[in-house]
Amino acid sequence: MTPASNTAMRGYLRKDGRKGIRNVVAVAYLVECAHHVSRMIVQRSGFDDVHLIGFPGCYPNKYALEMMKRLCTHPNVGAVLLVSLGCESFNREELRRHVHASGRPVDLLVIQQAGGTTRTLNAGIEAVKKMRARITQQQTVPMVVNELVVGTVCGGSDGTSGITANPAVGRCFDWLIENDAACIFEETGELIGCERIMASRAVTPELGREIEACVGKAANYYRIMGYGSFAPGNAEGGLTTLEEKSMGAYSKSGSSPISGLIKPGDIPPRGGLYLLDVVPDGEPRFGFPNISDNAEIVELIACGSHLILFTTGRGSVVGSAISPVIKVCANPDTYERMADDMDVNAGRILHGAGLDDVGREIYGLVQRVAAGEPSKSEALGHQEFILTYKQFEPIGPACLPAA
Amino acid sequence: MTGNGTGSGKLPPLLLLHPDDNILVARRDIAAGERVELDGESFVIPAAVELGHKLARRALAANERVLKYGAPIGSMKTGVSRGEHVHMHNLRSDYIPSTTREGTDGH
Repeated sequence: MTPASNTAMRGYLRKDGRKGIRNVVAVAYLVECAHHVSRMIVQRSGFDDVHLIGFPGCYPNKYALEMMKRLCTHPNVGAVLLVSLGCESFNREELRRHVHASGRPVDLLVIQQAGGTTRTLNAGIEAVKKMRARITQQQTVPMVVNELVVGTVCGGSDGTSGITANPAVGRCFDWLIENDAACIFEETGELIGCERIMASRAVTPELGREIEACVGKAANYYRIMGYGSFAPGNAEGGLTTLEEKSMGAYSKSGSSPISGLIKPGDIPPRGGLYLLDVVPDGEPRFGFPNISDNAEIVELIACGSHLILFTTGRGSVVGSAISPVIKVCANPDTYERMADDMDVNAGRILHGAGLDDVGREIYGLVQRVAAGEPSKSEALGHQEFILTYKQFEPIGPACLPAA
Repeated sequence: MTGNGTGSGKLPPLLLLHPDDNILVARRDIAAGERVELDGESFVIPAAVELGHKLARRALAANERVLKYGAPIGSMKTGVSRGEHVHMHNLRSDYIPSTTREGTDGH
C-alpha cells in the first residue's frame, strides 16, 4: 500500500543524532534594532543558504528564548551568527552557549560594541563567509524516511481545501507514519468543532481528554480575542463557519492514531502523529495566538520539522527560513493562476483524479525535497519568518503516553 | 470555468461529501439556470454558485443544523428552499462568529 521509498535521501548528521536535509547558516537578530544589520548581512552574503531569523522584542520572554534555541539547533541549520544591538534583554550569551554545545559554529556580534552598522555588517559578512566555508566541507550520510519530521499547515483555505489538498496530505501522512516518520498537524484554534473525533483517535483516553481540553482552551482564547481563525478570503472561497473550516483542516491529519499532544519546541520522541498546541496558556496576554501562517510554520520547525506541507485554496505564496515549504494547491482554478508557486495540483481531484494518486505524488515529493530538490517557494527565494511573544506551560505526562 | 478542458464537464457538478449531509458542494462554477442532477432528480439551479460553495440539498428550516462531511458546521439563520446558496447570509457558526471585511456574521 505504501508507495515505494526513495533511497537517495542523505542528511547532515548533527551531534544530537538528528539529521538535516539542508545545511543553512542562520543569521539571527535578537531585537528589531538589529534587524536591518542582520538583513544586510544576509543580502550582501549573497547565498541562498544564508537565512534570516530573529525576535523583534526588547522585553524578555521565555518562549522566545526557547524557540530561538530550538531553531538555531534545528537539524537543517549548520551554523549560526547572532546579531545583538547590545542593550536588549534577550539572553544572547545563553543562546550562544546553547548553540556552541550543539557542536555548531556560532558567532555573536554586538552592534554597540562592534562600532555601529558598517563595522558590524562587514564583520558579519566575514563571519558568515568563514562559517559557510567550514560547514560546506561537511559530508552527508544516508537518511531514511523514519528520520524525517514533517509538519503540515493550511493557509488561505477555501471550499476546496477540505475535499482535495487536505485529505491528500492526510494520505501522505498515513504513509509517512506507516514508515515511522513523525508527522505534526496543528492550530487547535482551527480544529474547534473536531475535538471529540480527535480525542477518539488518541492512543490513550487520558491523551484524548488532554486534546479536548486543549481545543476548549483555544475556543476560549479566540472568543476573548473576538475573532475566530477565519479570514474574509475563507468566506469568499465558500467556507461559512469556523467549524466548517476546521473539518476541512482536520483532514490533513489523515487516519493514524494520535500519539501525542506537543507544544512549540517539543520534539516528537519517535514516529507517529502529533498534534501541536499553538494556543498560549494562561489568560490571553500577547494577542492572537498566531498572527499569520508563518508564525505556525516557525513553531512546526521549532518542533523539528524538516519540511512543511502547506495546503492552500485561495493561493498562498510563502515559504520559510530553515525548512523547505511544499505547496499543495487545493483549488484547480487557483493552480492555473498561480502554478509557478505551487508544487502539487491537488485540485485535479475535482476533475476526477484519485486522492491516493495525489497523496502518492506528495509522498514522492517529500522524499525528493528531503533529498535536496528545491520546492517551488524555496527556489523563488521565499524565506519568511515571524516570531512573537507567547507563554506556555510545559506539557503534562498524559500528553506523551509513549515517551 | 476552467475545468472543462480537463474532463470535469462529464463529472456531476455537485458533490455529496457524506450521505447524512443536507448541503452539496459545487465542484465547479455553476451558472444560474443550469440543469443538474440532485438526488437522482433533474433540478434547475436558481442562482449561480461558485466553485467550493454550498447549496441546500433539501429545504432547510431556521435553526436547523447544517451537516457537511457528516458533521455539524453551524445552524441556519433563516429557512431556505432546495438548491439555494447556503453561506454567510443564512448560516452561522455554533462556536465563534465568522468575519468578513464588512464585519461579523451577525450573531
